[in-house]
Order: sequence, then C-alpha cells, then structure tokens
Amino acid sequence: MKKILLDDMILTKELPTSAGSKMLDGYMSPFNAAVVERLTEAGYEIAGKAPVGEFAIDLSGETNFEGKTVSSEDCATVMLDVNGSPRRIAAQNGLVYIKPTYGIVSRFGTVAVACSGECVGVMAKSASECKEVLSVLVGNDERDGTMHADGVCKSALGIKKVKKVALLDMGVKSAELDLARSELEANGIEVASVDAGVIESANAAWNILMCAELCNNVSRFDGIKYGYRAKNYKNLDELYTNSRTEAFGELVKTAILYGSDVLSSNNYMSKYDKAMRVRRVIVEAFTEIFKEYDAVMLPACSKTSYTASDDVFVENKYTAPASVTGLPAVVAGGVQLVGKAFSDGALLDVSAILTKEGK
Amino acid sequence: MRYETVIGLEVHIEMATQSKIFCSCSAKFGGEQNDHVCPACCGMPGMLPVVNKKVVDLGMTAGMMLNCHINRVTTFDKKSYYYPDLPCSYQTTQWFSPVAVNGTVTIETSKGKKDIRIKQIHMEEDAGKLVHDEWTNTTLVDFNRTSVPLIEIVSQPDLSSAEEVVAYLERLRSLLRFAKVSECRMEQGSMRCDVNLSVRPEGSDKLGVRTEMKNMNSISAIERAIAYETARHIDALENGTEELVQETRRWDDIKGKSFAMRNKETAGDYRYFPDPNVMPIVIDDEWFAKIKGTLPEFPEVKKARYIGELGLSDYDATLLTESRALCDCFESAYAECGQAKEAANWLLSDVLNILNKKQMTPDQLTLDGKTLGKLIKLVTDGKVSRPNAKKILAEMFESEIDPAKYAEEQGYIVSSDTGAIEATVREIVIADERSVTDYKSGKEKALMAIFGKCMKALKGNCDPQTLRQMIIDVINSI
Repeated sequence: MKKILLDDMILTKELPTSAGSKMLDGYMSPFNAAVVERLTEAGYEIAGKAPVGEFAIDLSGETNFEGKTVSSEDCATVMLDVNGSPRRIAAQNGLVYIKPTYGIVSRFGTVAVACSGECVGVMAKSASECKEVLSVLVGNDERDGTMHADGVCKSALGIKKVKKVALLDMGVKSAELDLARSELEANGIEVASVDAGVIESANAAWNILMCAELCNNVSRFDGIKYGYRAKNYKNLDELYTNSRTEAFGELVKTAILYGSDVLSSNNYMSKYDKAMRVRRVIVEAFTEIFKEYDAVMLPACSKTSYTASDDVFVENKYTAPASVTGLPAVVAGGVQLVGKAFSDGALLDVSAILTKEGK
Repeated sequence: MRYETVIGLEVHIEMATQSKIFCSCSAKFGGEQNDHVCPACCGMPGMLPVVNKKVVDLGMTAGMMLNCHINRVTTFDKKSYYYPDLPCSYQTTQWFSPVAVNGTVTIETSKGKKDIRIKQIHMEEDAGKLVHDEWTNTTLVDFNRTSVPLIEIVSQPDLSSAEEVVAYLERLRSLLRFAKVSECRMEQGSMRCDVNLSVRPEGSDKLGVRTEMKNMNSISAIERAIAYETARHIDALENGTEELVQETRRWDDIKGKSFAMRNKETAGDYRYFPDPNVMPIVIDDEWFAKIKGTLPEFPEVKKARYIGELGLSDYDATLLTESRALCDCFESAYAECGQAKEAANWLLSDVLNILNKKQMTPDQLTLDGKTLGKLIKLVTDGKVSRPNAKKILAEMFESEIDPAKYAEEQGYIVSSDTGAIEATVREIVIADERSVTDYKSGKEKALMAIFGKCMKALKGNCDPQTLRQMIIDVINSI
C-alpha cells in the first residue's frame, strides 16, 4: 500500500485535527474530508498528519501552537494551500508542490480559512509523484458548491503543453530563476521577460480578502460548542473573549483585527470591495499574458530561510498572484510557475525539467 | 397637537420546506432537542453550504405573490455577530442582491383599501434556541431550528395604525399560505414580526425618532405593543418625559411595557460580505416561468369566481377561500361531480367535522378532491345513501379507496330493485302489528320504529325519503 501524509488542515475521523491551533487541540472530526475518501478508495494508506502553522497562514509553519515544524518526509503530503506556505516550504526545501486550479479538488472537510482562494494540493519529491496523487484528488464533489463539473475538473490533467514561458519581472534576481530559465531554454521552451504591472497589486488585494474571510471563518471558534474554552469567565462576553484570547496566536489575532476592519461598514467599499475589483483586474492581466504565453515564472519566496523579522503579509507578494486568481501554481527547482486555468498537468510536466526527472 | 404613527414591518416567515437551507437535516417544527442537526448546521469545521433549490423556488413565489420584481441574479451574504444560538457566529442571509424587491400588498381596513409598498424580500437561515435551566443555572443550546429557511419581508413605513398592521399581517398570511410558501403559524414561531415605529405631527413629512420592537409573535400582542409605544412616543414629545433615541426594544406582553435593549451606539457592525462558498444564483427564463406557472389565483379572485360562476353563497365561498387546501379539494371535487353546492356542503360540514375531530387545520387536508367528487356523484345519482356515504368518507381519511368499489364491497349500493325493497318493507310492517296500530291511531313516532327496522334490514341502502313514502304506502294498503 502506498503511504500518504495529510497536513493538519484536512479533517480525519481517525486522527485529531488541530489546524495548528490551540483552539482545536485534540479536535476529532465526525467525518473525513473528501480527499481522504478519494485517497483511501484509491488504495492509499494515511500515514499520519503533518503539522501546520496556526490555520496555515504563516510563512512556513513557524506559528504551530506546539512548535512542531514540517520535516521533509519520505512520502507525498496532501496540503491545503491557504496563504502560500506549502509553496514557500517546497521552494526552500527542494520539493515540488502544486496548488491546483481553484475548484477542481473538493474543499469539503478542510478547515475553512480563506475560502475564495485556498486549494488542496500535493507536496512530493518529484513532479511526477505530485501528478500521480493529484490525479486521485481531482473530480467534482457536490458537497462543495464552488467546484467545476467533473469533466472540467479532470481536463486539468489532460494533454496540454507549455511552450512559451513569461518571466515575470518582480525586481528580484535569483540564481534559481536564472538556472530555471536556462534549463527551460535548453529544452526548447521559449522564455521572455514581461513586466509585472498590476500583478504587483495582487498582494494588497489578497491580504485584504484572506484576512476578511479568516476573521469570519474562525469566528465559529467561540468556546461554546467544541474546541478550547477558557477556565475562568464570569459571563458570556468573558467566555468569548478569554477563550479566544488564550487560544489564538498573535498572527491569527492580527489577521482577525485586520479582517474586521476591512469588512466594517465604514471601510467595506474602500477596502474589501476595492480588493474584489482588483482581483478581477489581476485575472484580466493574466489573461492578457496568456494570449502569448502558456505559463508565468516568478519566485515563490524572497530568501532561502526565514527569521523572526520576516513578515508573511510582505512575503505574500510571490504567492498572492496565484491565490487571488485561482490559477494553478507549481513550485519546483526553487521557482514558481503559474499556468492557465486547467493546465495543471502541463505545469507539472514542464516542472519535471526543473527537477531533472528522468535524467 | 394631533400626531400620526408611522410603522414599517419586518416579517420573518419560516418556509415550508422538508429540509434546511444549506444541509439535508429535517426542517420540521419540534422534535427532541438537537435531533435535527448535522455537522453543517451546528457549525463544525469542514462543512460547506449547499443551497436547497426549493428555498429559492419559495422565495421567488413569495416575491411574485407580493408583486415584486425578481432579481435574476441573487446572492447570499454573511452577517457576523456572536451569540451562542448562532453556531458559525455568522448568519447566511441576502444583503447585496435579495431575491425580490419593490412590491406591493393591498390591504383593506375600515377606512378602505390601501397599498403597502414592499422594500424587499430576502432569504436567510434561522438561528437556534437557548434554553435556560434554572435548576443547574446553565444555558443550553438547541440547534434544531438553526438553518431552517426563512424569508424576511421588509415593508416601507407605509402603515399608520394597529388596524392596518393587523390587516397587513393577515393579508401576508393568506397570500403565503395560498402559495404554500409557509403555514405562517405565529404560535409555532413560523411567522414573527419586528415593528419599527415612530410618531410625527399629523401632516408632517419628516419622520420622527424610530424604535424597533423585535420578535413579536402574536397579533394581539402586536396591537397592544403599538398602542403602548405610540403613547410613549407622544408622551415624550408632548411632555418631555424622556428623550427618544433610535433603539431596539423588547416588548413584555405580561407587564404591558416595552424595555430598551440596545441603542445605535452599542449596536454591532454586522460586517456583511458575499459568501465565497455560495455561487451567485442565476434565475433563467425557464425557471422564472416555471414558478410563475405554479402561482395560485388570489383568494379574493377565487371567492368572486365561486360566487359568480359557481353560484356558491358568500358565506360558503368565504369559508372555502380561507384555505388553499380546501379550495384545491373543492375544485377537483367539483370538476369530478359537476355540483358546486354539493361539493361545498360536503367539505364545509362533513370534511371539516372529521378534521376537527382529528385536531387538524384545513391547511393540513390531504383528501383527494377527485375521490370526494366520485363519492358525491354516487350520492346524487342515488347509488349510495347519504348515511352510508359518510361512512365511506370516514374511510377515505384512513386509506386510499375507490368509493364505488368500496361501497360494493361493504354492501352499500342502493338496490334498484324496488320490488325487493317493497317485499322487505311489507314483511316488517306485517310483523309489527303494534306499531302499525299505533301509527294508524295518529302516533307519528311509531313510523320511526318501523323506518329504523327497515333501514337496518336494508343495510341503509335506500333513500330515506323514498323509504318513508314506501312504508306509508304499504301500511295504507293493508
């Protein structure tokens, strides 16, 4: 039996799911996520849970409530990409990760954080292994109302080819990008630089949308029904406040405050609504690039490892474009390729060049 | 100075669907605490909302019944606030593009007809219920009602008296019951009402300070609350007894007073935004036409038709048109037997009697009108006697039967062989010499004794009038 790991955002009946938060320490779900059903049916053995940062919104897992960090495992891991951390982890550890096109893998049974952008994807040592696992995960699930029809989901693994790649100029020079460019060109793929333009604004829009949705989604963790409840409280307000103050970490609290602010009636139009409009502009900018190119290459992160002074809201610059548009993104060889919607298979195929698979 | 009251209503109505709005749990009233719950409607992680299409059907139906414009693209939005009976700490409702807008409802009061404008109708999920246990001093949550689908009907501030409010609520109830959107039972909480009220000098076009009384669930309480609140406002304006502020108030029907709950400053910001998990719902022409096609005739149109075309009395037509189920049954019974007056009589006396005994409301009637029509035809054709027909009707409430077949099986068919009937009568008359003598000496009652015996022997299969005449004829002939 093939083994597979799940990150701790994916609910399982047999194993506790904490979402990296003290709020859900030891939480047992009464049901399995859709992807767990699919994996089990395809003969995979769930080998265990991989730790995540609190609600998977941090840089690379550093905010896990128990201080557990992701270690590279021998088997592939199915991971929910909420805010880019799986892509950053893959880039910094020489692994491959695919965040598939939004709406081709069911989110039923994943801890909801930023519903309009998060996707269940696969981390593995090679692009081919990612593809093998992804092929098990894709397909319509009527319990997730944002999904595409079954045929459309599966077409994402169909025969398409990446022949021309746009290198998105985000003002970063990196050895990985240079190497990737020459590898692609050596394999007959055309690479040309393009200006990032409005895509630079993806980060600002995404941070607003992600925090707004997080604030709303984690509001159900109120200490009433399940999860953490403070020991000391005198009334309902204190029960809410103390439970949430004690159980949430600083980054999640920051996101809640920021999210509440952008959704408040005073700021809704100038912040949240504006972000939704920017989201559409970014989608159009990608559509424009894709008239000529099959994929866009950009870094997945700004450095090879993080320190305490690094800020996820800044670092999102590289992962936000794919998160905010729902386009598929593959990280391989330390760089990120963002493709047209439903070109997931083609992206993984071209990524195999970067990981020198089959050589 | 003379004052006028300005009232706008927000009416919440639970829709008559089998299941909840975003999951497949039962939406039925009652049940043991937390019997009708699943991970979705009690807010557990991992569940995503899947819209119940029937809810949208009923939302559109309500909109069409109240002459609204139907928004062809309608969306669901999230409204955030914390309360233990709201498991996700947000309510999924419609804020940006509700299913229906800009309607009118015509009401009739002692002052005549008046149009009340409807601002909008939106669909949303209900919250659960808190139960306080005095014994252990704890509060428990019952999620049975969580996510039961509601529509909220928001009127413009066009109402100006308790009488108009009552007429408006009764009109809403009648229209929505007729369209089978809801049973609108205030006592079960399937119709609740928030009253927004302000007072201004008569003739002024400026609105006064508005207060809102929430969750009113009986017509008489609403009348009392409006009277109290109007007096309080006028008192404040005339005598400066207190300063009026925009606030939410709770009506205590036992004390007969309203109490301040929260004012504008302490009111929460609901932070509405579109639910990313529910795609916008597009109502295409086909869907729109399908719902349009299911709309019933308005009750007053039906009533006029029953009187004008079918010759029913005003009284009968009024009773029938109080319930859609009665109308449906009446119309198909009439279509089958062709006798409107007979059909109305059967429904308004015998059928209502049975419902009464079963403690059911007319709206709960499930009797097949066509079958009732067949039964009526058997009687008017003289094939089954009225007393036997009543027995058949009772059986029709218990099982699915064909009246003619059942009458035959039970031996309820009136014999057409008058010779045989006469022979039976003659036999009984001859055997009962005393009754015959009594009758002949003027004791009318004696005839009843013979009549009873004959009816029993004939198993009721004889028209009472015919039988009575036959007995008299036989007595006179001997």
